[in-house]
Amino acid sequence: MALYSEKVMDHFRNPRNIGVIENADGIGEVGNAKCGDIMKIYLKIDNDIISDVKFETFGCGSAIASSSMATELIKGKPLSEALGLTNKAVAEALDGLPAHKLHCSVLAEEAIKAAIKDYYDKNGIEYDHKQFPDCESCGHCCGI
Amino acid sequence: MQIYLDNAATTKMSKTAINAMLPYMNGVYGNPSSLHSVGQRANEALADARERVAKLLGCGANEITFTSGGSEADNQAIVSAARIGEKSGKKHIISTAFEHHAVLHTLNKLAKEGFEITLLDVHENGIILPEQVADAIREDTCLVTVMYANNEIGTIQPIQEIGKICHEKGVLFHTDAVQAAGHLHIHVKEQNIDMLSLSAHKFHGPKGIGVLYARKGIRLSNLIEGGAQERGKRAGTENIPAIVGMAAALEEACGHIDEYAEKVTALRDKLIAGLSEIPHSILNGDAKRRLPGNVNFCFEGIEGESLLLLLDDKGVYASSGSACTSGSLDPSHVLLAIGRVHDIAHGSLRLTLSDENTEEEIEYTIGAVKEVVEYLRGISPIWRDLVSGKKEFIIK
Repeated sequence: MALYSEKVMDHFRNPRNIGVIENADGIGEVGNAKCGDIMKIYLKIDNDIISDVKFETFGCGSAIASSSMATELIKGKPLSEALGLTNKAVAEALDGLPAHKLHCSVLAEEAIKAAIKDYYDKNGIEYDHKQFPDCESCGHCCGI
Repeated sequence: MQIYLDNAATTKMSKTAINAMLPYMNGVYGNPSSLHSVGQRANEALADARERVAKLLGCGANEITFTSGGSEADNQAIVSAARIGEKSGKKHIISTAFEHHAVLHTLNKLAKEGFEITLLDVHENGIILPEQVADAIREDTCLVTVMYANNEIGTIQPIQEIGKICHEKGVLFHTDAVQAAGHLHIHVKEQNIDMLSLSAHKFHGPKGIGVLYARKGIRLSNLIEGGAQERGKRAGTENIPAIVGMAAALEEACGHIDEYAEKVTALRDKLIAGLSEIPHSILNGDAKRRLPGNVNFCFEGIEGESLLLLLDDKGVYASSGSACTSGSLDPSHVLLAIGRVHDIAHGSLRLTLSDENTEEEIEYTIGAVKEVVEYLRGISPIWRDLVSGKKEFIIK
């Protein structure tokens, strides 16, 4: 069996929404170069709808595919829906990830949350802090 | 195009080795321990292969033990030396920080039993100095184990000098020659080697077979108990086809060693020159004192696994020391040992050549790596920060 599903390889080879949004309304960057993956998500938000999203990723095949898939899943969606995106949904949409690569889908979820939080912070919008758990709680290695 | 550049992982079997093996899978299938003719013919083949391997290593046939490969040979050599040492209260072992895991994990196991392990630091060029070994040897040192050539960065260690120091101080010297055998000259007596491990599939022989050379008088401890095979030191019916194939492959490799080294070194240097043109890249390990076929680079701002996957799409088969390719969070211990920081160790690429590679393949590979590195840097947030000056380049 190949390491990755067809879908992972498709998103890895042809990533959707790759690039940068100049003057983005929200930017989220998570991960750590030391651990080998960093994801950066750029959001354009109009009336609480994600009208555009772009990403840049330093990382392995599944990190690039997870960011690509996550951006597809939230594009055109209201912020409330994007906040509900779970790493599980990202991994499932990719037809699964190998167990030791699941943290890549966690990073994708976190990057999106970080970008939305950045948008809320920049615009002085009130939000429930519980929606944005501490980075350390994810079990990934950014804390080391 | 399909370009195999992962010969340090394993090699394609040579026709000579395959042809040598076939009769021992078809007609001569006997068990060498059997007294009947078909068994005795297998036994003759075993003795003949042992003689030939011994001759190629510069030792006697009774100093050769066939094992399942390099890992088993490393395990048995180290454990045997430890058992000999502890009898006289010597429980200190010297090795290096960038050995293969077959050595490092065996040493970890011994450390848990109360052995004290000194792992020598490796210089940035990937080479240990004999003086480091001399300085580390103590009254209670029972073994020094230093690899002949590193499996990731290909750097060649001064084993003859290290062996000399060990002998002067009465310490056993083992070398893991898995990457060196068939590629570099070996003569265990001239090189002051007491124990040596090798594996057939690194020199176009079959997988699952290797050799532990142990100088006469060194009492081996069994890892596998059972029958009286291998002078009672390694139980289990001998893998005759593989042993015969290994002997044939080693003879072939040693027969062409200088000619192949010259050809492969030229290809290696062409590849190194081409990849050095990539900005913010660095060759890992000494440029000259390395295996003829080994090229290992770090490229800043990218991660190794995605590099490998995209090279695979272009038909180039390579490997990396990135954490993502190993399933752990830490990148290669070899790259960390020569002082590469995590951030760039993740972006490593190992290309290991054989004499079957051509100049055209090397040119194609240089182009493919350049293209893929440029693409991955283009989508990397780290690269953006480096280029914009927000972060400082580690590789200037």
